Parts: sequence; structure tokens; C-alpha cells
Amino acid sequence: MSLSKITNEELLSFLQTAFGESILEHNEAFGLMNVYVPATKAKEVVKWLKENETIKMGYLTNIAAIHYPDNKGAELEVIYQLHSLTNNVRLRVKSKLSIEQPEIDTIVDVFAGANWMERETYDFFGVIFKGHPNLKKILNMEDQDYFPMRKEYPLEDRTREDKDNRFFGR
Amino acid sequence: MAQLENDKPVDSINYGGEFQLTMLDKVIGAARANSLWPLPFATSCCGIAYMATMGSHYDLARFGMERMSFSPRQADLLIVAGTISKKLAPILKQVYEQMSEPKWVISVGACASSGGFFDTYSVLQGIDRVIPVDVYVPGCPPRPEQILDGVMNIQKLVRNESLRRRYSEEYKHLLSNYNIENDIKVK
Repeated sequence: MSLSKITNEELLSFLQTAFGESILEHNEAFGLMNVYVPATKAKEVVKWLKENETIKMGYLTNIAAIHYPDNKGAELEVIYQLHSLTNNVRLRVKSKLSIEQPEIDTIVDVFAGANWMERETYDFFGVIFKGHPNLKKILNMEDQDYFPMRKEYPLEDRTREDKDNRFFGR
Repeated sequence: MAQLENDKPVDSINYGGEFQLTMLDKVIGAARANSLWPLPFATSCCGIAYMATMGSHYDLARFGMERMSFSPRQADLLIVAGTISKKLAPILKQVYEQMSEPKWVISVGACASSGGFFDTYSVLQGIDRVIPVDVYVPGCPPRPEQILDGVMNIQKLVRNESLRRRYSEEYKHLLSNYNIENDIKVK
């Protein structure tokens, strides 16, 4: 039994009434609603969810990204995790981006806390947040010239020569 | 000595009746080894093991290390305990460069020695990639006894080090391998 004051179905119907065709896909995973919106609409949707008098998604839990190298034309996904403290309901807003042009509008002017989250997402996945006031690396070293969480880069440190797979049964 | 103080008769001076001959290297070595001032550079769980070593139960102070130096200028022994990320490496190197000669380095734990299981893009694969290391202590994290053993090995090195070592070509070569400037002048 959920303690949320708004069910996922109600949330979805609110969004579909307000944005119609812009809600491209939706599904529910582990009790959380996921909605897919076009990258050009993501900022508008997040802003609307925050400012809507009924939904009041006033808390941005996280911004992250995923890399799906096999999804041609939509390799990167940006995920906004929103939380309405008033209604005790959560929502994920996702946008698909191509790896050639991984650009999406910044939401720093909606949630100031998005500043570092967007920098982190840029640092690890190379997503360009257009209009971000200070989009530079935040966690990795400044001279790192690639985005380490993209799948084409191996996790292991490539400068190490003493880890011979033969000795580790790999 | 007796000849210098020629205004006094020799037999009136009390020398305590004892003297000892030794080498300057050994006296200075013993003095240095028993009063090392360590600088703990602790970043993670090895740092906790190191704190246990410093605490009253294992008591590193028994070895003349009562004073932890948190200023590199007044430290002889750099104790690197924990994972060093690549972003931290230049800072570690700067701390090492700020220490005055003679200086020693002990690498505590698997991460500091080899990167440990953090075989990943963000972690330095052993601090010996940026600074020279004298003693490696294995373990994840090492037991305080192992750290004590490492410290005693450092003391052995310090005690037996020649006073000329830091002026030698070999030492200059070692530092130049790490791109560390050595400003020791041979007098």
C-alpha cells in the first residue's frame, strides 16, 4: 500500500494532459513511474513539475546518465529523478540523446542544485548542458581527455602492466 | 682536550673516566632513527589502521615518534596510508617536495603500494609512480603490527644510511627519474 497522495497513474495523466504527444513513452519499474520526453522538452517538463500547484515536485534527487552503445541514434540517456516531498511521490524523467550531439538544456535556473549534478554528468558521460554557467570537470582530473563512463573505455587503468590475466584466472 | 685547557693541571679535570670512539655516521644515524618525525598522509581505511598504531595500545611513540608532524617542513618520514587518486597525486608529490632532506617514505597498504583492487581509471597505481618509496607495507589494511614492522625497517634504513648518500650521483639520478628537483649542494 502506497502512502503517496498522488498515484503514478494520476501523475501520468497530469503529464499527458499538459504535454500530450511529448510524453513519448512511459513505464513503471519498482513502483516508480518513468516518462520519456524529447531532449528539447526536458527542461520545460521539469520546470512544470516543480511549479505545478498539485504535483509540487520540489526536490531534485539526482541527475545521471546511461550509455547504451547499441541504441543507434539514442546512445545516451539523461535521467532526472524528481521527488515531491508534499505528495510523497517520485518520478523519473528521461531524455534520449545521440552520441554525436549529446546536448540538452541546463536546468540550473530551475533547480540551483543541478549545477554540480550536471557537471558530474558532463564529467563522466560528456553530456553538454547548454546554458550551464560553469560546465567543466568536477571529479576527475582536469587533463583527462575522455569520458570514462562511456562503454567504449575499459574500467581498468591502462598504464598498469603487472596484472597479467594468466595469473588471475581470467 | 687536556692539552687545550693548559691553564689547569690535567689531573684536576673530571672527565667521568669514560669515553667512546665511534663514527659520526652511526651517531647521527642512531639519533635520526630514534627521533623520526612522521607526517601521516592518510586518505582511507589504512589511515584508520595507522591511527590504531599511533594509539595507546600499539603506541608508535615507543620508537621516538611522539610527535606527528602535520607540516611537511618539519617531517622526516612521510607515511602514505590509503588510496591515492590520480587527482591527488600532484598534491602528494608537492608534499614530498616540501619535506626537507633527509626524508623517507613508507607506503602503507595495498592501495598506496600498487593501487590495490582499485584497478581503475581514477586511481594512481602505486605511489612509486610519483615519489620514491623506501618501505612497502602490504595488507588491506595492514595490521598495526605490520605497520610497526615497516616503521622498524625504516629505522634500520635510517640507522645505516651513509651521510654521503643524499649527495651521491645515484640519489640525484633517483630523484631525476621522478622529475623532482634536488637542490642539495656538495660543499
